[in-house]
Amino acid sequence: MATEEPRSYNGVGESKPGLDAAVREILARLDTELVGLKPVKTRIREIAALLVIDRMRREEGLIAESPSLHMCFTGNPGTGKTTVAMRMAEILRRLGYSRKGHLVTVTRDDLVGQYVGHTAPKTREVLKRAMGGVLFIDEAYYLYRPENERDYGQEAIEIMLQIMENNREDLVVILAGYKDRMDRFFQGNPGMKSRITHHIDFPDYTAGELMEIAKLMLAQQDYRLSPEGENALGQYIARRMAQPNFANARSIRNALERARLRQAARLLASSERPLTRDALMTLEAEEIMASRVMDESKTKTAEHD
Amino acid sequence: MHLTQGTFSYLPPLSDEQIRAQVDYALEHGWPVAIEYTDDPHPRNVYWNMWETPMFEARDAAAVMLELERCRKANPGIYVRLSAFDRSKGRQTTALSFIVDRPAEEPGFGLERTDFADRQIKYTLRPYATNSPAGRRYSHGD
Repeated sequence: MATEEPRSYNGVGESKPGLDAAVREILARLDTELVGLKPVKTRIREIAALLVIDRMRREEGLIAESPSLHMCFTGNPGTGKTTVAMRMAEILRRLGYSRKGHLVTVTRDDLVGQYVGHTAPKTREVLKRAMGGVLFIDEAYYLYRPENERDYGQEAIEIMLQIMENNREDLVVILAGYKDRMDRFFQGNPGMKSRITHHIDFPDYTAGELMEIAKLMLAQQDYRLSPEGENALGQYIARRMAQPNFANARSIRNALERARLRQAARLLASSERPLTRDALMTLEAEEIMASRVMDESKTKTAEHD
Repeated sequence: MHLTQGTFSYLPPLSDEQIRAQVDYALEHGWPVAIEYTDDPHPRNVYWNMWETPMFEARDAAAVMLELERCRKANPGIYVRLSAFDRSKGRQTTALSFIVDRPAEEPGFGLERTDFADRQIKYTLRPYATNSPAGRRYSHGD
């Protein structure tokens, strides 16, 4: 029973079985709420196990140096990097590693200043805001611009490195971005690479996983697909995956948003009144089929709709 | 002479751990914490120098401790205090303010009496430290 959140990590918080159960609950939720992402879940499981064991060791008076949990998430857009980062913040808080468990999401603009002397305070401001929680730097490779040696990004990286090293109990830094560009970023910043212990790769979703994600998203918003609708969505996913600019779960979410619009229009236009609860909840095949992706003649240019 | 100002002024100096606990308390109440420093210990000197801006966005005491450490390094051997502001009433009200760092030696205050009409006396409190110009008031062992 996780009646009380573990606040401190020096053995005063929850008792062993309590913490155990809390972790199990978190991991179970992770399994049901996140589709696919095998390698990610495995790593989270390992980290959670380490933190639990560390706490038990500490209770037994054994040395348990707090581990470095800075991470790097690589993967294509829409593979769930931000979602997992949010979960990670929550998990770390419940495990008592992170005290506040909030997530601060930033990009290069929030860290790097525009003139000499502007970067350091700006970066420090962000780091301070994230203390006690998780700092998520999206598209972190933009911080490093080797083509411009006077770029202030380097300064931001140096300040971050220092705090990542000295205050590792106070904040967890997660860098995220495309795999190849992150690799190049680390080549130029070996110091950063060596301070990040966990490199996690987010694989692309399969069509089946995307369908599961779609259903999960709809269920969370009290919608569902009719059997024909599900069929249509299956076709839609297959087509959309083959197109350029496919952003995994994000594309699916956008498609569902647009299907909702079309459903609303269809319901308003229909003469059927009063609308049943069932009708309000169900997305039909025509909502999916109306998408431009499904239109043979336009598939080449279609990026949205 | 041990300068007594603000909260906890009659307690022995707080350890870093105790300071941290106080900051945690302030942040839990939603009070942003500011760091200020001065080398003029006069009780009427309310305008201390601000160390950077108040930390409106900090959620954890670690952020404040980080800045405090930087402030101490940049201003060794003078007075440093933390102030926590309660803005819930729409105005900046000091909710908590305490000294966290002080010179090793505090010479204290001299009392000056000025006679004027009808044997009345005006009293003036004068910190010995302010006899020297700002920046040279407390030598810290070098």
